[in-house]
Amino acid sequence: MTQLALVIDLNVCVGCHSCVTNCKQWNTSGAAGPLVDENPYDKDPTGTFFNRVQTFEVGSYPQTETMHFPKSCLHCEDPPCVPVCPTGASYKRKEDGIVLVDYDKCIGCKYCSWACPYGVREFDEERKVMTKCTLCVDRIYNEKLPEAERKPSCVIACPTGARIFGDVHDPESTASKAISERGGYPLMPECGTRPANHYLPRHKTSMPIRSEQLYRSDNPLKVDSIEPIPMPPAHEDFTT
Amino acid sequence: MRPAFSVIFLTTLIGAAQGLFLVLYATELAHAEVAASFYIIGSAVILLLSGLGLLASFFHLGHPERAWRAAAMWRTSWLSREVIALPAFMAGVFGYACAHWNGSAATAAIGGVTTVLAITLFVCTGMVYAAIKVLKEWASPLTIVNFMLIGCASGATLASAYAVFTAPELTAIYARAAMALTFAALVGRSAALLRNARLKPATTMQSAIGVRHPRIVQRSQGAMGGSFNTREFFHGKSEAFIRSIKPAFLVLAFFAPLLLLFIGISTPTLLLIAFLLQYIGLLAERWFFFAEANHPQNLYYQTIG
Amino acid sequence: MCACRCGIRVHLRNGEVRYIEGNPEHPLNKGILCAKGGSGIMKQYSPARLTKPLRRKPGTERGANEFEEISWDETFAILEKRLSHLRATDPKKFALFTGRDQMQALTGLFARQFGTPNYAAHGGFCSVNMAAGMIYTIGGSFWEFGGPDLERAKVFFMIGTAEDHHSNPLKSAISEFKRNGGRFVAINPIRTGYAAIADEWVPIKPGTDGAFLLAVIHEIIALGLYDREFLTRYTNSGQLVNQDLTSADYGMMMRNPDGDVINPLRPHNFYWWDRLSNQPVATHSEGADPALFGSFTMPDGTPVKPAFQLLKERVYECTPEWAEGITGIPAATIRRLAHEMGVTARDQKIELPIHWTDCWGKEHESVTGSPVAFHSMRGLAAHSNGFHSIRALAILMSLLGTIDRPGGFRHKAPYPRAVPPNARPPKGPEAVKPDTPLGGAPLGWPESPDDLFVDEHGEPVRLDKGFSWEHPLSAHGLMHNAITNAWRGDPYPIDTLLLFMANMAWNSSMNTAEVRKMLTDKGDNGEYKIPFIVVCDAFQSETTAFADLILPDTTYLERHDCMSMLDRPISEYDGPVDSVRIPVVPPKGECKPFQEVLIELAGRLKFPAFTNADGTRKFSSYPDFIVNYETAPGSGIGFLTGWRGKDGKKSMRGEPNPNQWEMYAKNNCVHQHHLHPSHQYMRNWNKGYMEWAQQAGLRRDNDPITIHIYSEFLQSFRLAAQGKRPGKQPPDYLRSRVNTYFDPLPLWYPPLEEEHSDLKQFPLNALTQRPMAMYHSWDSQNAWLRQIHTYNYLYVNTLTAQQAGIADGGWMWIESPWGKVRCMCRHSEAVEPGTVWTWNAIGKSAGAWNLTAEANESQQGFLLNHLITEELPSAIAGRRHSNSDPITGQAAWYDVRVRIYPAAPDEAQQSSPQFEPMHPIPSMPEARGWRAFFAGKGENK
Ligand SMILES: Nc1nc2c(c(=O)[nH]1)N[C@H]1C(S)=C(S)[C@@H](COP(=O)(O)OP(=O)(O)OC[C@H]3O[C@@H](n4cnc5c(=O)[nH]c(N)nc54)[C@H](O)[C@@H]3O)O[C@H]1N2
Ligand SMILES: Nc1nc2c(c(=O)[nH]1)N[C@H]1C(S)=C(S)[C@@H](COP(=O)(O)OP(=O)(O)OC[C@H]3O[C@@H](n4cnc5c(=O)[nH]c(N)nc54)[C@H](O)[C@@H]3O)O[C@H]1N2
Ligand code: SF4
Ligand code: SF4
Ligand code: SF4
Ligand code: SF4
Ligand code: SF4
Ligand SMILES: [Mo]
Repeated sequence: MTQLALVIDLNVCVGCHSCVTNCKQWNTSGAAGPLVDENPYDKDPTGTFFNRVQTFEVGSYPQTETMHFPKSCLHCEDPPCVPVCPTGASYKRKEDGIVLVDYDKCIGCKYCSWACPYGVREFDEERKVMTKCTLCVDRIYNEKLPEAERKPSCVIACPTGARIFGDVHDPESTASKAISERGGYPLMPECGTRPANHYLPRHKTSMPIRSEQLYRSDNPLKVDSIEPIPMPPAHEDFTT
Repeated sequence: MRPAFSVIFLTTLIGAAQGLFLVLYATELAHAEVAASFYIIGSAVILLLSGLGLLASFFHLGHPERAWRAAAMWRTSWLSREVIALPAFMAGVFGYACAHWNGSAATAAIGGVTTVLAITLFVCTGMVYAAIKVLKEWASPLTIVNFMLIGCASGATLASAYAVFTAPELTAIYARAAMALTFAALVGRSAALLRNARLKPATTMQSAIGVRHPRIVQRSQGAMGGSFNTREFFHGKSEAFIRSIKPAFLVLAFFAPLLLLFIGISTPTLLLIAFLLQYIGLLAERWFFFAEANHPQNLYYQTIG
Repeated sequence: MCACRCGIRVHLRNGEVRYIEGNPEHPLNKGILCAKGGSGIMKQYSPARLTKPLRRKPGTERGANEFEEISWDETFAILEKRLSHLRATDPKKFALFTGRDQMQALTGLFARQFGTPNYAAHGGFCSVNMAAGMIYTIGGSFWEFGGPDLERAKVFFMIGTAEDHHSNPLKSAISEFKRNGGRFVAINPIRTGYAAIADEWVPIKPGTDGAFLLAVIHEIIALGLYDREFLTRYTNSGQLVNQDLTSADYGMMMRNPDGDVINPLRPHNFYWWDRLSNQPVATHSEGADPALFGSFTMPDGTPVKPAFQLLKERVYECTPEWAEGITGIPAATIRRLAHEMGVTARDQKIELPIHWTDCWGKEHESVTGSPVAFHSMRGLAAHSNGFHSIRALAILMSLLGTIDRPGGFRHKAPYPRAVPPNARPPKGPEAVKPDTPLGGAPLGWPESPDDLFVDEHGEPVRLDKGFSWEHPLSAHGLMHNAITNAWRGDPYPIDTLLLFMANMAWNSSMNTAEVRKMLTDKGDNGEYKIPFIVVCDAFQSETTAFADLILPDTTYLERHDCMSMLDRPISEYDGPVDSVRIPVVPPKGECKPFQEVLIELAGRLKFPAFTNADGTRKFSSYPDFIVNYETAPGSGIGFLTGWRGKDGKKSMRGEPNPNQWEMYAKNNCVHQHHLHPSHQYMRNWNKGYMEWAQQAGLRRDNDPITIHIYSEFLQSFRLAAQGKRPGKQPPDYLRSRVNTYFDPLPLWYPPLEEEHSDLKQFPLNALTQRPMAMYHSWDSQNAWLRQIHTYNYLYVNTLTAQQAGIADGGWMWIESPWGKVRCMCRHSEAVEPGTVWTWNAIGKSAGAWNLTAEANESQQGFLLNHLITEELPSAIAGRRHSNSDPITGQAAWYDVRVRIYPAAPDEAQQSSPQFEPMHPIPSMPEARGWRAFFAGKGENK
């Protein structure tokens, strides 16, 4: 069975919000749109976005990590938002696991958003229906687009390639491989929702240098007849 | 959660309606000697209350004209079930009233069915909230029990006030029943409050973003002017306000009615006030019920930056 | 679009923009896009668009924001009358300053043809330190002229960069680099954006990087971790420097009268001290090997030292412990980082099997490199000590042997250029003549004091005092002082100020509140001190309120544009690339591309380059100009390098091709020239490349571009200041300043502002950073982007804030010696405790950009510029200096010192200062209460 999803690489996401606006851009004029903006030029502008990038600080100065954290619907394998919907407007597609809302059926009761622990559904105040990430269904199967562009808008736009799109049930997909090789994890596993989207953790590259590496017989100082200073400690005694 | 007034009215109004019905039906079962009009007007009151509740609920919908669709998913959705149960209950009450009007012998049978519907509706309404697993404050059998007890208590208080005008001989017994039910509801609600106060959230900042570190602080939630997620899931009131609401609703919905019901046995006019106070208290109680529920999604919406 | 100039494809539906996507075939962004790029629709259909030429309503005051619509005919008539008069009388009185545009080749040409030297673009307040510091050292620089080779690097040090000019490519390169296991170190007082994903964050006190870099150089030299072979052959490290204190040439390179001059315009006849034969020899003599250390005596008795010895002496005391005290970075960390650089450079050499020949004729079988890459931008540049810090960086990169080599720094065409490049500024007042073009470009690269643009008293000729003794190497001018100087009439008053694409009444001015007053200030005669202000903008910025005439520009989707090789093209490491924009939608209302305005005016004013022999107009339009203009008759060099020649078969150089635009259109709007592999590296000294570049018109000469570890050009200014040198002399009050800062070796000194701020009273540094989702001031009109940054907080280290008694989210004051601002505080663990910062230019003046007066940008947002002064008091009574680097005139945005304290509980919860709200002006589209964009319905006006 196919389960399409996004794998988000927190190791490279720089928090540029490109995925945020490019998502909005594609979707507002597409099958999911129009996505309203209220007070667009006034106090407290607010609008419908399917994807948001947040920032967290982990730890205390100077051992601080700044985490940029993009979040859209996780297309849960056990999506609590679906069974609670009284109209069937919220549904999970059998063929590819995408969780969608049928805007023509939705009565705007917001109940599904209560059931979702992740805060990724957004009620569109203009159309009075629940909206959310569609995984760009209107792109990924769009025969009019070249094969390479049949990917979600956010994935294509992301400058760091931090968004990997694919079938997480297919162990051969880049998405699955990234999850297994890089320790991809789901959010709030305790909620039992089994999110299809996964996140790849930070990974640190360090460069330990052994003190003997600092000494070399071919040291260029010797060419000029100067002895490299003994290390450690560094004496500032390297004049001639 | 942000308390939605439509839902507050819906649940409190239909709760009282269901409670009133149960009291009426119990009266009939107890073979009390009352005129048919007592049942008919009572049913009308019930229908009025539930009708108002139903009306209020429409205000909660983005697309009320599509409300009929909400019956579709009764297999999985408690909301759908509630949507079916409420009109069914109302139909039951209507049938019950008609039967009394006609002097039909079917009143007991229809009342029995309607009782089942009333209880079903209580369960559905309670389960609408209790079924949301991520909202730990709600996801408890106490939610259903309390919806039921509170509905019955307010229904009984209403019944006692109603009886003042229509069947004064019943006021005392109704008031006693109302006291008992209000007391039970107080116990049930207090149990829920105690439980919730001791709840440890299963979901933490750590599991929300998948980082194991004791100190994680959000610096930006990604939208500064607010979003659906900052409006729907926050009560938007200060901690102090929340703290003051709790004693207020305990007094208004439980202690004051208990006292007034007690005095009302001898001074029946107070029973009407008892109901009004209790109803106002229950509005506050229901407001608090929402406000107290801290949705795990709020972990993601803590800091504007 | 913005400075990064990504390739986009725009999809329309019924004539409305449906979707803007990155062009996957574009060499720059390869399909990716940023948040701003993805919000282009909201720019295009913004209610802040200006759509008609507007004139200040007669009888209203400037700044009152009262306008009336006029026609283009009237507009041109007004301009022609005024400008032709100025041109015929005193061309200096016309000043043209432009912001973050991409058309300096045209605007510069316009100014030159007009005959006014008072022209500059944003470079002086942006990052001229970066350009000058590196170009005066290695002949190329970061910014749009070069960058890190992250494809091959193993360690990457990013110093003071938040977003960069090359932002999308940099983002993708960093992520690829990390994925390939590279180690990324960010040196920055703040950890956001790029620094967030660094493997190590090294917080540093602002303005102290020079000290850090000198300590690293100290360590690299002390341990012998430098690339000796590279230094001796390709830098001036081995060249002998005159050490005779009594000589007029003290500190200059020794010249070998018998040596090979190579280029008479820039003689290369230097000496080495051959350590093998122990005697002076001509540089690059066969079989010789220069001593890098020591002190020698020439046969004529002149004491000399190799430049490298002088560098070593310079950094002798710059120990990591010394730097720790200045930078706040532990000495052990400085050492460790130096070791990572040095050991990686030494042990992980890259060798590419590419055959090439150097300028001295030596054949090389391969190109080698060291996989240590750096990148830096305004964190280094925007300080008054930035020039030297950046020189230190360029020198460090050279010590590691990483210049135009794989894994290190790579040039982008038209760089590398000579050190310094050949263009020189005008040399004196006589260069400005009525009705006559300037002899050369208004901006250039002084090589010695004689290249300064000063009068016989050594005083400035330019309005912004560029190329004067105050800021001799101000290669990009000092736009940030133009208004103040014009207002004060110092050095002289002007008549007409034309501002293009710059928000000078807001975020691109320092001391904003005062500058706004200057724009409306009147003299005793009741006339405005700046008599006539013309603003060309596409939107209603804060600055439009101060215009006498507003020229409504088109957007980037509505006009032809070109990123020319004569300006800042989008070249890649492996060869020149230029690109164009082609309009996809018609201009809104009566908007007219500024280019067309310039071409029209140039024709009306009869500029020689724009007029035929018979006096008729030469170019019918901007596209026509681009196709047919040549830098000199028959030069074959024009604005675009692609598809030249009659049939479009020539690249780089060739006769004009009438179908050039079509060819670009067919080819993703880009022309990319891939250099032959043997020409792709070591371009400073690559014979093949040099010959090609000269032939292609990228270089005048083909002599080697030696890296200036030691800068005798700087020394020549110092000698003048010491009175030891004939020729132009600084006025006395500037002698010691020039003497101090024109050090031929890199040095660190505290930012100039510290001399004027009591550091105890103002203990903190205040910075701004670019938010990735906003472009300076002009994205707040964008309905999508403004939801991401609706207003700004001041970020303060939690402890610092707590000590000051300021709550997280609380209202507070931030105060510098020059002004104060009320704002809101956010506690943060990701900032060095001595630094506070905010996002750049989020705060707005009420009502600007057609936002309502209640919009958060003006009520909760704030602009840090109010705290930054454009001038510092000087030691000499009455004189004021620009708050800039004393060498380059780079605006010292990041020097400001501040203190913070809580706002009183009874104070208004509103940012301060506030300005009279602007109101919508005629012809602007209406801003509705909600908007649900759906392309193609005809609702998006
Ligand atoms: N999204 C977006 N992109 C842009 C722009 C924009 O407005 N928005 N503007 C464009 C323009 S005009 C420019 S000039 C470029 C500028 O690109 P950057 O140079 O990347 O821009 P800044 O935001 O000035 O970032 C300066 C960084 O230096 C750090 N810093 C400040 N002082 C010091 C210091 O003393 N030492 C060190 N080590 N770090 C320091 C700051 O914390 C900040 O992170 O960006 C261009 N790209
Ligand atoms: N405090 C502080 N101040 C700073 C900086 C800082 O780091 N800190 N950075 C400085 C730097 S590096 C820079 S480059 C400057 C940037 O300062 P500015 O050059 O003033 O930049 P913008 O705010 O982008 O203003 C550009 C103007 O161009 C207009 N515009 C946009 N598109 C078009 C168009 O197509 N045609 C025309 N005619 N106009 C258009 C916009 O509406 C806006 O009014 O700010 C400087 N100011
Ligand atoms: S576009 Fe990519 S890098 Fe930018 S915020 Fe989104 S996921 Fe992160
Ligand atoms: S993330 Fe939320 S909305 Fe999306 S499938 Fe899971 S529960 Fe449903
Ligand atoms: S808001 Fe719409 S999608 Fe959500 S539960 Fe209600 S009907 Fe279903
Ligand atoms: S997959 Fe499509 S709908 Fe979902 S966040 Fe990305 S762009 Fe938006
Ligand atoms: S706004 Fe600048 S960085 Fe962003 S996509 Fe456009 S050109 Fe590229
Ligand atoms: Mo800039």
